Amino acid sequence: MSNATLDIILLLAKIALVFFVILTMAAYLVLAERRILAWIQDRKGPNRVGPQGLLQPLADVIKMLTKEDVRPAGADKWLFYLAPAMAAIPAILTFAVIPFGAPVILFGRELPLVISDLNVGLLFFMALSSIAVYGVAIGGWASNSKYALLGSIRGLAQLISYELSMGLSLVPAVMLSRSFRLSDIVNAQAHVPFIVYQPLAFIIFLISIAAECKRIPFDLPEAEGELVAGFHTEYSGMRFGLFFVGEYINVIVLGGLAASFFLGGWHGPWLPAPVWFIVKVLAFAVFFIWMRGTLPRLRYDQLMHFGWKVLTPLALINILVTGWWLMLR
Amino acid sequence: MPLLTDTKALLLGFWTTWKHIFRRPVTIEYPDEKRVPYPRFRARIVLTRDPDGGERCVACYLCSAACPVDCISMQAAETDNGRRFAAWFRINFSRCIFCGLCAEACPTMAIQMTPDYEICKREIMDLVYEKEDLLISGCGKDPEYNFYRHAGIGVVNRRGGNPDEEPPVDPRSLMP
Repeated sequence: MSNATLDIILLLAKIALVFFVILTMAAYLVLAERRILAWIQDRKGPNRVGPQGLLQPLADVIKMLTKEDVRPAGADKWLFYLAPAMAAIPAILTFAVIPFGAPVILFGRELPLVISDLNVGLLFFMALSSIAVYGVAIGGWASNSKYALLGSIRGLAQLISYELSMGLSLVPAVMLSRSFRLSDIVNAQAHVPFIVYQPLAFIIFLISIAAECKRIPFDLPEAEGELVAGFHTEYSGMRFGLFFVGEYINVIVLGGLAASFFLGGWHGPWLPAPVWFIVKVLAFAVFFIWMRGTLPRLRYDQLMHFGWKVLTPLALINILVTGWWLMLR
Repeated sequence: MPLLTDTKALLLGFWTTWKHIFRRPVTIEYPDEKRVPYPRFRARIVLTRDPDGGERCVACYLCSAACPVDCISMQAAETDNGRRFAAWFRINFSRCIFCGLCAEACPTMAIQMTPDYEICKREIMDLVYEKEDLLISGCGKDPEYNFYRHAGIGVVNRRGGNPDEEPPVDPRSLMP
């Protein structure tokens, strides 16, 4: 077997593995969310399908796939059908740049545990997170429904409120590691994770990614109390499922990014690298679920106010202070 | 300073929900474990009998009149010795709201509420209970009570036939 063939096979195997792990994690995150949310509310949550409800994701998938796929009258056919994919694909694509372990030696060659170690990985993530909102915007617009349109407008307004502070909060991480490459950023934290130097940037990033994955308290585009289900009101069956899964993949991916930027990625004592990575990702996921069980939804103007008047100036000041500190060091 | 109070409120909220994660759920998983209702829990309605085994119901229609959703209907009849009873007695449990007003209205303690709350049926017509479904063999909540020992003496002996009782008067004879 030639070297090129082996490379391609290894790469495909890596992609398949990552796909499998992420989709499984996303499916079980739904169950975890329902169970933990239930515990927070002194309930038990789904525990009927399989032991402790462990087969619930499977039952949900069967339900989603066998449901009728409704397209509302007057909806824009192609955009309506495309939007769920446009929401889910950028979320999965972002994982391509996240390193999830130290390079391993396999068949006599070094295999980096990252699908594509782009030298502009951080910018790639920023670009994809902006693209992801197109799924929301187009899905809401193509549905030909008031609630969906209001949800998608909120999604766009939310994007311009948090995106800037999210980008600015990552600048100190880039300044400290002197690279846009995610594996460089992770390796720069081999001894001390950046959260120690940059607690403020970490908090700003955490708030921004909660807004990015449209979770309470920033679930304005969905807002089931006000907008039925927001941008995915008119979706049913697996198309709704795709939005749903995309959201949970987003939680995993953004948790992975937060771990990579501030918590030292896969670095950690005793345990093997991928395990550390998964533990950190799950910690973020659990935190998001916990936050959902605690906080109420922000109002539309409160989010804009918070993003533009609090987070963005704070992030800018943080960059200035980091710059001074780096210069004086 | 609002920032401090806001942060404190935020952290307090997180602490509260964190504590609740480890609290025992209040859920009763119904088909597996069943709650034992209190004795006066208001659910399925029954018709009881007096201590001698006779039907308590005298078909006075008071329960039917008291029922806010009109789910009780009956037909009064009389035995040869003048004792009233319900020829048929029907409660439509698909309408019943289990308010207990019928049991309160009943002068003979015939109609009573029981704590048996498991009355679900696949066919709605199965929820219409007839007299034979409603009638139980016991006395229910007041085992000593017998209406005919206190009233309606004339049923057992013919009217006017008891000691210290005047013979019945023909009301038409009293007309001016």
